[in-house]
Amino acid sequence: MDKNQSKTQGHSRRSMLTASISGLSSIWLATHWPGILAAQEHAHTVAESGRPATFGFFSPDQAVEIESVAAQIIPKDDSPGAREAGTIYFIDRALTTFDQDKQAAYTQGLKDLSAKTSDLFPDADKFSGLNSAQQVRILTTIEKTPFFAQVRLHTIVGFFANPEYGGNHEKIGWNLIGFEDKFAWEPPFGHYDREYKQN
Amino acid sequence: MRKFSPATQVDFVIIGSGAAGGAMAKELSASGFEVVVLEQGPRLEDRDFKHDELKIRNTPALVNDHALQPNTFRKTAQEKAQLAPTISYGRCVGGGTVHYTGSQWRLHEIDFIERSRWGAIKGTGFADWPITYADLEPFYVKAEYEFGVSGTSGGSPFDPARSKPYPLPPMPIKSAGVLFERGCRKLELHPIPVPSAILSQPYQGRQACNHCGFCEWYGCERGAKSSSLASVIPAAEKTGHCEIRTGSYVREISVDKNGRVTGVIYFDSRKQEVFQKAKAVVLCANGSESPRLLLLSKSKLFPDGLANSNGLVGKYLMLGGTASASGIFDEPLNEFKSVMATRAIEDFYDSDAKRGFYGGGRIDGRWGFMGPIGYALGGLPPDAPLWGTGYKNFVKENFNRTMTCQSYMTSLPLETNNITLDPDVKDAWGLAAMRVTYKEHPDGLKVKQYFLERSLEILEAAGAKKKWGNPVRETTSSGHLMGTCRMGNDPKTSVVDKFNRAHDVPNLFIVDGSSFVTSGRNHPTCTIEALAFRAADNIVTSAKSGGLFQRSAVKSA
Repeated sequence: MDKNQSKTQGHSRRSMLTASISGLSSIWLATHWPGILAAQEHAHTVAESGRPATFGFFSPDQAVEIESVAAQIIPKDDSPGAREAGTIYFIDRALTTFDQDKQAAYTQGLKDLSAKTSDLFPDADKFSGLNSAQQVRILTTIEKTPFFAQVRLHTIVGFFANPEYGGNHEKIGWNLIGFEDKFAWEPPFGHYDREYKQN
Repeated sequence: MRKFSPATQVDFVIIGSGAAGGAMAKELSASGFEVVVLEQGPRLEDRDFKHDELKIRNTPALVNDHALQPNTFRKTAQEKAQLAPTISYGRCVGGGTVHYTGSQWRLHEIDFIERSRWGAIKGTGFADWPITYADLEPFYVKAEYEFGVSGTSGGSPFDPARSKPYPLPPMPIKSAGVLFERGCRKLELHPIPVPSAILSQPYQGRQACNHCGFCEWYGCERGAKSSSLASVIPAAEKTGHCEIRTGSYVREISVDKNGRVTGVIYFDSRKQEVFQKAKAVVLCANGSESPRLLLLSKSKLFPDGLANSNGLVGKYLMLGGTASASGIFDEPLNEFKSVMATRAIEDFYDSDAKRGFYGGGRIDGRWGFMGPIGYALGGLPPDAPLWGTGYKNFVKENFNRTMTCQSYMTSLPLETNNITLDPDVKDAWGLAAMRVTYKEHPDGLKVKQYFLERSLEILEAAGAKKKWGNPVRETTSSGHLMGTCRMGNDPKTSVVDKFNRAHDVPNLFIVDGSSFVTSGRNHPTCTIEALAFRAADNIVTSAKSGGLFQRSAVKSA
């Protein structure tokens, strides 16, 4: 990748973070398509084989840590959250396919998370070993960092992307919000047009 | 499909296959001329268009790829331009019509004569068009019928005169449209159905829309969106006189010693250079790539770029203005279904001296998001939690209860806003990258603020339980690319004449958003199509009489 290209991609990622709802400025032309395809194929293979996914980037310990962060970003309450939706697998595949240039940020972010954990809870072994209130306390102190913003972005994107990408297992994300992937509808579509009278 | 050899001198090479290129290909080939359309992107089929938000958002599947074709951006000529994804356009057969929302608004009478109506605006190139609405009206009709548009005729006191109704009834109203209409009526405004380049009923062998909900930024998997790909391109191919040549990236329009175009040089998909001979060239590469290609086409006769003897190629770029406000309602709207927008108002279309600035626009009621990811990242009010249970519950409660008032409005033509060649950055073919210099006129920001306030009033009147505006900011990126080869009668102050022929080059036509003299209200597609049909009509007459193919270069004034 030449210098121009990587700079352009940096810009693109930022535009993704700040994606406006006006379609005109919501593009984030970040990645290379073969990477996305590879991510999709991996998720398919895992789903079809019934084997537990292996991680391509994270060590098992690192995966547990990041998954714990994701599970605080979209927690389980009376409905499943990011952990149950398998979002960690989406993040791992993103980092080995279309978002490889984010690996270093994760490696450093994990170190910082560990340091912050020891700092605030000297007896704790790792972030994932803390109780939920303690985890929230730590994340609150880092919620303005680029690392947190990146994990948040990956978590939300994976949780709401098409299930074949691995982070929206059994449409957990879509079911939460009432998005249905029928892709063919007839009017009325919603409450207000159902009761609409032409005048 | 007909195939031509590059060594064969075809009648026309058309560069680009979007709104203008598609219409042009259909008209010229249907008149019996031999046409080669060069399209830099691939030809995608219905089955390629998936409901995949991650792919659409995260890859240049349908649009230009900034990794291969970077552009640089700066606000003023004093700055060093930096890489930025400023410019967006369709890069596949059908161009931007494949992924656009399908809002298919005509310009109004006033759009063509605003300079006469309002007078000069200091420091701008504000000017009348060399044509009037009446000149273009028959070709708006043609565009609506050739492409297929669904709408209500005569529903608005502000609508321009039309000689023929829309070919198809309007798309069914959605909940955002109902709420928008309710709010507008309360404020004594005049909501009307949005004309959509999407089929409400089967039309000319094409299927009607099935309301899948994936229009804006997506390609339509059943050809119900009235893109060039679904309508005029197949019609052009059916004539047996038209070849669509994909993967063809044009680097030069070539001229002979008399200043007549002889053909174009392009890189094929293996990056091999090919020269395609032609009797005439029609440049339809969009309001950013058309001027760039002209600037790249330097020759002894045209040392500053083709058709650029007055130095105006690339100048007066207008990126259009947008503003938006969103609101939350009590009951589910389910806006993820069906087309983006179904109701709009034109009550604030005209400029009004009482407001203290130039500008006007249109507001529509719509969902405003590309899908679940778009909503979850960008659809929440600024005071909503960003993560945790609060975030999760907010998204859960409001994904189906949120709507947006989206405004599209004027941007003024400034000579200092332009497309030039970047002196340092190259694209993947080794050609000078596009450099965008753009700083919005102060009135552009004022009109955005005005429309933001009107939008919040509409949401309030509609009964929103929460509403918020997205902060007004300067436009620094756009897919609505207008003004860079402006039309005019005077060769000193414009690049093409009123039939889109380059003043400097008798057998070169430039037809796309670059022809716009003013921005309209930032819905350019319908007008680009109408301009193409009008230019084609003139080209056919001129070519049939023999004049076009024989006329020698006119000495520019």
